[in-house]
Amino acid sequence: MSDITPDLFETGAEPAPPPRRSRWRATLAKDRKAQVGLVVLGIFVFGMIFAPWLAPYDPNEMTLDMMGGLSWSHPLGTDDLGRDLLSRILHGTQISLFIGVSTVVIALVIGVTLGLVAGYFGGWIDLVIMRYIDLQWAFPNFIIAVYLVAVFGTGLVNVIVAISLAFIDDFARVARSMTLSLREEQYVDAARSMGFSDARILFRHILPSAMAPIIVQATVSVSYAILGEATLSFLGLGVDATTPTWGLILADGRGFISQAWWLGVFPGLAIMLVVLSINFIGDWLRDVFDVRETT
Amino acid sequence: MSGYILRRLIGAGLVMWAVATLVFFMLRIVPGDPIAAMLADAGSEEAALAMRARLGLDQPLVVQYVYWFLNAFQGDLGNSIYGSNQPVATIIAEALPRTLSLAALAFVIALVIAIPAGILSATRRNSATDNAVSVVAFLGLAMPDFWLAILLIIVFAANLQWLPAIGYVPLSEGFWPWLEHLILPAIAVGTAFSAIIARMIRSSLLEVLKTDYMRTARAKGLGARAIMWSHGLPNAMIPVVTVVGIAFALLISGAVVVENVFAIKGLGRVLIQGILNRDYPVVQGAVLVVSAFFVFSNLVVDLLYGVLDPRIRYS
Repeated sequence: MSDITPDLFETGAEPAPPPRRSRWRATLAKDRKAQVGLVVLGIFVFGMIFAPWLAPYDPNEMTLDMMGGLSWSHPLGTDDLGRDLLSRILHGTQISLFIGVSTVVIALVIGVTLGLVAGYFGGWIDLVIMRYIDLQWAFPNFIIAVYLVAVFGTGLVNVIVAISLAFIDDFARVARSMTLSLREEQYVDAARSMGFSDARILFRHILPSAMAPIIVQATVSVSYAILGEATLSFLGLGVDATTPTWGLILADGRGFISQAWWLGVFPGLAIMLVVLSINFIGDWLRDVFDVRETT
Repeated sequence: MSGYILRRLIGAGLVMWAVATLVFFMLRIVPGDPIAAMLADAGSEEAALAMRARLGLDQPLVVQYVYWFLNAFQGDLGNSIYGSNQPVATIIAEALPRTLSLAALAFVIALVIAIPAGILSATRRNSATDNAVSVVAFLGLAMPDFWLAILLIIVFAANLQWLPAIGYVPLSEGFWPWLEHLILPAIAVGTAFSAIIARMIRSSLLEVLKTDYMRTARAKGLGARAIMWSHGLPNAMIPVVTVVGIAFALLISGAVVVENVFAIKGLGRVLIQGILNRDYPVVQGAVLVVSAFFVFSNLVVDLLYGVLDPRIRYS
């Protein structure tokens, strides 16, 4: 507070540089892992956007070159139906990143709203919401997602719903604990005394200050969501049997790994690289926002 | 202490009840009605009606709920509606030892690796060892368990031919055959768990090493080893135990997935096959048992936590 107040009076003073931005840059310059993460993730995002132009073949085009090894015409080899593995993995990037981000956005919106409401209003509202959240918290997200797919069935929308719902508790908890401490702040009192509505106070005054740990949580969740989607489609509970997703490509190739190792290696390598880069970026963001690690 | 134990037991019971209730109602009230889909699979109209009656679906929902609950409580989880219509309880009783064997072995392997790795990287902070542990832990967390399983099969089963690629041999047929079939799946399941525990031990031990009582112990002339074993590790383990509880999730979901790669007919395979066959009694039963396993391990961790840290019991 003290270093801001003088500016109100000394209007001619040079404005201080925005501290956030320098912190982003300073932490990134020191963080080799985050640099690698950003570059690798950038490559995958590029691959996702330009997959139709980058992929040398149609991902479902069958050729006579079945289980062909690594070559110039098929840099990552072909599968048992002669489909080009590189093209399939490139197209798989789209599903993987789309599901990873969309599920986290949905889970964030629902979970953060629940957490804000529970923490702000307290009382029986808090009790009801948190009883449910605690119950969900007691179970592995993956088991919840598998059960939801069992109930709703497979397919793109159902997989997204299942994974999103499984992550709600993580966001609700973070948002609630932030709200509990923020609602005691003076500026929230001030907003209340000015007669602002609860919704306005929650979303305009409390939420912005609670964003840092929510962003960190979201980053971590994207990598878990990508792993979750890959696992579901590997088990045959994913999007569908014709869309090439990384999990499905691995499942399809599983029976042939003793003759064609590349079918068992490259799709998984793609998953690992993406998850690893997101985790590196998540650690860096934790540093930027100064959020303590909670497991 | 007994009050603490009692509270935890009641809490675990309530969670189990809530889960059973959720499992029951979700299958019956969701749009698209999986039960209807299951009945449609039955074939003719009469077959569907007969199945409806046999499963008690012609009863009011509340009656079904009470019956299902009473039956489940007595260990009767209904019959599979697929293949030979075996009782679900029998199917699960056959599968459970396999999953438990796998999870237990994964747990042991993970701790055997994680504890020394965590201690080494904390005591030799920023050394080559510390960096190596950190890199391996990052990789272990980013690798999907089923992919690690495939890699292990490619290397140790398909190429080196040291170990079998699939199947399960019960412990009663000998320790080595059992271990031989289970070691690769256990490594695949335990790696992520091990990574989390190693990182947790490292950060927890680093906190403890900074405390005043550690300095006091050094000042009074205690040897490095004695300090570590009598002051350092016991205190560092308290937060680790909670994380072990949370990380059980990884072992269980890991086993569910990895069983499918190694064709081990455990709970996970039963669950996934049940879903693919739309065999809802089996799915319900498997989810319930997996949940029970999970609630139980959380309970054990809670109690252990109470033993390790007396402050918890009174809060």
